[in-house]
Amino acid sequence: MSCLTTIQDYALRSIGIGKRILPTTDISVCEQFTLIGSGLIWNVYFGVLALLAGFFLACILALGKNSNTAALRRPSEWFIFLFRGSPLFIQFFFAYFAFLALKKAGLVPWLTSAQAGALLVLVFNTAAYSAEIFYGALRAIPKGDVEAADAYGFSGWKKFRRIVWPSMLRLSWSAYTNEAIFLMHATTLVFFSGFPAWQQKGDALYYASYFADKTFNPFVPYPILAAYFILLTLVVIGLFGLVNRRLNKHLPSNQRQKIKLKLNLIR
Amino acid sequence: MFEFCADPASLEGASWLACYLTTGKHMNLYWSILTVLSLLLITAPTALLFGFAGASAARSTFMPVRWVGQVYVAIVRGVPDIAFFLFFVIALDQGFEYLRHQVFCPDWAEPIRQGNDFIVCKAAKLPLSTSPQWVHEVYGFMLAVITFAIVFGAFAANVLLGAMRAVPHAQLETAEAYGMHRRQVFWRILVPQMWLYALPGLSNLWVILIKATPLLFLLGVEDIVYWARELGGTKHARYTDYPHGDWRIWYFLGLLVFYLVFTHISERVLAKVNRRLSRGQATVGATP
Repeated sequence: MSCLTTIQDYALRSIGIGKRILPTTDISVCEQFTLIGSGLIWNVYFGVLALLAGFFLACILALGKNSNTAALRRPSEWFIFLFRGSPLFIQFFFAYFAFLALKKAGLVPWLTSAQAGALLVLVFNTAAYSAEIFYGALRAIPKGDVEAADAYGFSGWKKFRRIVWPSMLRLSWSAYTNEAIFLMHATTLVFFSGFPAWQQKGDALYYASYFADKTFNPFVPYPILAAYFILLTLVVIGLFGLVNRRLNKHLPSNQRQKIKLKLNLIR
Repeated sequence: MFEFCADPASLEGASWLACYLTTGKHMNLYWSILTVLSLLLITAPTALLFGFAGASAARSTFMPVRWVGQVYVAIVRGVPDIAFFLFFVIALDQGFEYLRHQVFCPDWAEPIRQGNDFIVCKAAKLPLSTSPQWVHEVYGFMLAVITFAIVFGAFAANVLLGAMRAVPHAQLETAEAYGMHRRQVFWRILVPQMWLYALPGLSNLWVILIKATPLLFLLGVEDIVYWARELGGTKHARYTDYPHGDWRIWYFLGLLVFYLVFTHISERVLAKVNRRLSRGQATVGATP
């Protein structure tokens, strides 16, 4: 079987298009490349959607935590503490069994699938981590900027939208890029934590460990997975770098924030 | 455990719960908490050692050593840590067996990798198929510890490398001006000062390490996640004296609270240590 037919058979296997049966004997490197790459679709799906939804939730949570009203501050603080203080792995397990219980009670049965349930957990999780980053940035906005906005008559929503929010994003963007990278990495946990992979439709790590089990040779699938993820990481850095450039456009070049890759936020 | 537990069917309320929570299997759950704690206590210093070696290697003047160090420091940034966990457990196991195979059966003719199989001679198997169950468990646990140490060693190397760079350069130059050679500068000036800069990163790493312990489950160790799943599943009256429905959600709620409390206490203690150590230092976070 040539590599081209393999790609035709398995390139979209993780979303259920193509050949049903996974290769079991005489597994070629091409098959491993194709299937692990196909699984990456789910990692991108979870990562991108969780980032998008998590971003807005994080902005709200950060504002909540920064608020002077206890009724807004307390819930935000608790939410952030709950999701940052416990392992994501346990959150997945707990959420899955909670969704199962809900399903038994006849409520939201679709949440027991990984595509919806795990995504929800990831959204909350990344929102909590990002909110902490944004909160730190909110506290770091130069007082002068806000006072100048007041002097110009900005207030309420307009002040937030035009002054506070862009500054907050600019100051936190470096840390937020790291958060995005580690969120991408965290998506590999989904199918190892109770959420079932229906008809072997799994993510990249799911297929990598499948191959490692079948061939009993971890030295091929995991480096392939690593290569894919390094590529994904580079794409994330590139895209976030573009946004960073836009956020810093108005500043002289020596005052711009650079994206520094740091290892401060893994789950 | 208690005497009144002799007839579970007649129990109710609190006494039923007391008996239920002290069955033999629940004792396994409590023991597995000790497994987690011992993993933490063994891994933390080992990972620190790995990290120190990695960071020192990344600063070496000898190029190949520097490359090894830099690759070790950099690799964890791009790849999910879970992939490392899954990889190292098999890779280490096969590596050990391969080495033993070379030593114990030098005249073995067949290739070790045959298609989908990894075949070594009987004497090279780890652990030996004749050894008792506890040896198997200890071996699995040991593999997990080494895996954790390698992965978290890379994280620690990252932190320590940053800390080494943060030590004011003038300090090192002064030491050189006093006639110390490289090694003396490293051990007498750099290493004692870097801990202050490393501490915030290392405390962060400790919390991350705590939150990574449930991954033991993926490495095939019977840890708290394993027992929570096992005990929480539906139990029928035919097989047990304590029948119940699907209680896994409650067990995992317990685990969630356990980890929340654990990380919270750790963070508070570490913050105190941090404040104490930075007292009188010329850094922003220091108290006078």
